[in-house]
Amino acid sequence: MSEPVTADLPRAVPAARPADQPGERTAVSGEDLDLLLLIRSFEQALLDLFSEGRLNGTTHSCLGQEHIPVALRPLLGDADHIFSNHRGHGHYLARFGDPAGLLAEIMGREGAVCNGVGGSQHIHRGRYLSTGVQGESMPVGAGVALHHKRSGDGGLAAVFIGDGTFGEGAVYEALNLAQLWQLPLLVVVENNGIAQSTPASVHTAGTIAGRAAAFGVTYHHVDSVDLSEIRSAVAPLVRAVRETPMPAVVEFSTVRLGPHSKGDDTRDSAALAFAQDRDWYPRYRRLLGDRFDHAEGRQQARVADTVRAVAARPPARWDA
Amino acid sequence: MPESERVVTNLNRALGALLDKDQRVYVLGEDIGDPYGGAFKVTRGLSTRFPGRVLSTPISESAIAGVAGGLALAGDRPVIEVMFGDFAGLCFDQLYNFAAKSVSMYGHRVPMPMIVRCPVGGNRGYGPTHSQNPQKHFIGIPNLSLWELSPLHDNAVVLDRIMDRGEPAILFEDKTLYSRRMHRDGVISGPLRFDFPGGDGNWARVYVGRPDPADYVIIAPGGLAERAWQAAADLLVEHELTGQVLVPSRLYPVDLEPLLPAVRDAGLICIAEEGVTGGTWGAEVANQLYGRLWADLKRPIRLVSSADSVIPTAPHLEREVLVQSETIYRAVCEALDA
Repeated sequence: MSEPVTADLPRAVPAARPADQPGERTAVSGEDLDLLLLIRSFEQALLDLFSEGRLNGTTHSCLGQEHIPVALRPLLGDADHIFSNHRGHGHYLARFGDPAGLLAEIMGREGAVCNGVGGSQHIHRGRYLSTGVQGESMPVGAGVALHHKRSGDGGLAAVFIGDGTFGEGAVYEALNLAQLWQLPLLVVVENNGIAQSTPASVHTAGTIAGRAAAFGVTYHHVDSVDLSEIRSAVAPLVRAVRETPMPAVVEFSTVRLGPHSKGDDTRDSAALAFAQDRDWYPRYRRLLGDRFDHAEGRQQARVADTVRAVAARPPARWDA
Repeated sequence: MPESERVVTNLNRALGALLDKDQRVYVLGEDIGDPYGGAFKVTRGLSTRFPGRVLSTPISESAIAGVAGGLALAGDRPVIEVMFGDFAGLCFDQLYNFAAKSVSMYGHRVPMPMIVRCPVGGNRGYGPTHSQNPQKHFIGIPNLSLWELSPLHDNAVVLDRIMDRGEPAILFEDKTLYSRRMHRDGVISGPLRFDFPGGDGNWARVYVGRPDPADYVIIAPGGLAERAWQAAADLLVEHELTGQVLVPSRLYPVDLEPLLPAVRDAGLICIAEEGVTGGTWGAEVANQLYGRLWADLKRPIRLVSSADSVIPTAPHLEREVLVQSETIYRAVCEALDA
């Protein structure tokens, strides 16, 4: 476990570059590569569907952040609860690998995982739950963690939040309680440096590390996009959360490549270029060459088939 | 006959029974642990009897409600105490957007059994932020039911009934009731009697002598019930008007059916509550009654609420704002031209 970093966060875009290229330490498995590219292809397909006017409402893509749930996937078991947020398609796909159920939910078609009631940002399946109000899941996750602690089942509650979520008071009430009561609560911060249209530099005073430190909560910072490197750094922490038990905050510096939802990106070209420069995708592609392109072709074809099949289904039915 | 137990004791015993018979039950809230036992002593002794499941929390209403939601989601059955119901605003998001919504917003039913206990109401001199009746702010939220403490309804039955719904619920507890005695065996005092028409025990009916056809009925939640039957006793003595007081355990969703026989033939329906006027529970009940009884009603339904005002602290000022027994008495007299 590392000490809280004292880097000058927040910042509009992460300042440091990862030291290592992906896969330089350990080969990327086919399963990981497929999952990374499934999420990327899925999100791109959604943006296409929106621009064609074939999707209802709104959606929030996780383009640029796909590696985070993929890296954490083997560290989280079936007994663990996962709390996702508005930007949660990657979290869902990493947990269930079910693009058809998710797309049907987003399109309101038969086979939708929540019968079309929840849509993109309100999903419940087994021990996975997402909801659309910032920070709300933190106390709920603490409650689930209390259940795990008392039952002694070794499970934990993992809550995915963003940098913008740190504006909500519920985050601090939950951190305080989780540390006081030593609850197995794993807070995964996907710091993409921007909350909707508001850069971190104007929405967060101090640092996320400093905020964790204020509660005495163990904190770890991840700047890498290398799955193996992330896993070896985070695995001991997840084990400690489970076994001690105790809460921990893991902050990933990441980027949001796309708009907040759809067509609402007001960032200038320099900021966008900076985000693209930090994307995991070109690095993996450069490193893996043909293997990457073949895998991407397969996932794009899989998503295209899914879109065709789901779009042809009848509307979802809700028997309330 | 030995004196019946106080309302606070009855509620404490009901919580203890719930904890005792079901390992999934938790009780959480600020300052609820021993030796303090809660601001109103409702949880006294419970943290000693059930360590690990009766937990004093930081001053964090949002987290308390959220933790309850998480426990319920994981299969437990939490009860939380919001020290003063006025502070329910601090956990509104968790109740409105998480706990209640989760029952149905995922397209399949997600059981969320949890009880939010809220001591409410005035006449204690606690002032504008510690004396309100916030019930009306929670009416009409899908899958959130509202209940009210009463000296007529046994809390062991009420808590079981709420938990068995598998949905979040708020139990509003008029603070002035805690030190009152529970009434039992159908007797309140003197000629005042009560029973439970409707079979399920949700509505208590208070009457003098016999539950005869009434000149008027007063519908009043538990905190106001005593003021309502005091008004009824005075109306009988001074104007020879016969009335019934109907007291619900569950405020919302409104359970109208058991009421209809009693109210259909009454000369007047008066709905009294301590909350301040405007967008009230009484207006909701009246609206539903109009839909069912329009052709039978003898008069417009009379609503009695506290004034359109904050709750002042000084006793003479507070008394002017809040509904008292005389307020109900005058309202019935005016409506019946008595």
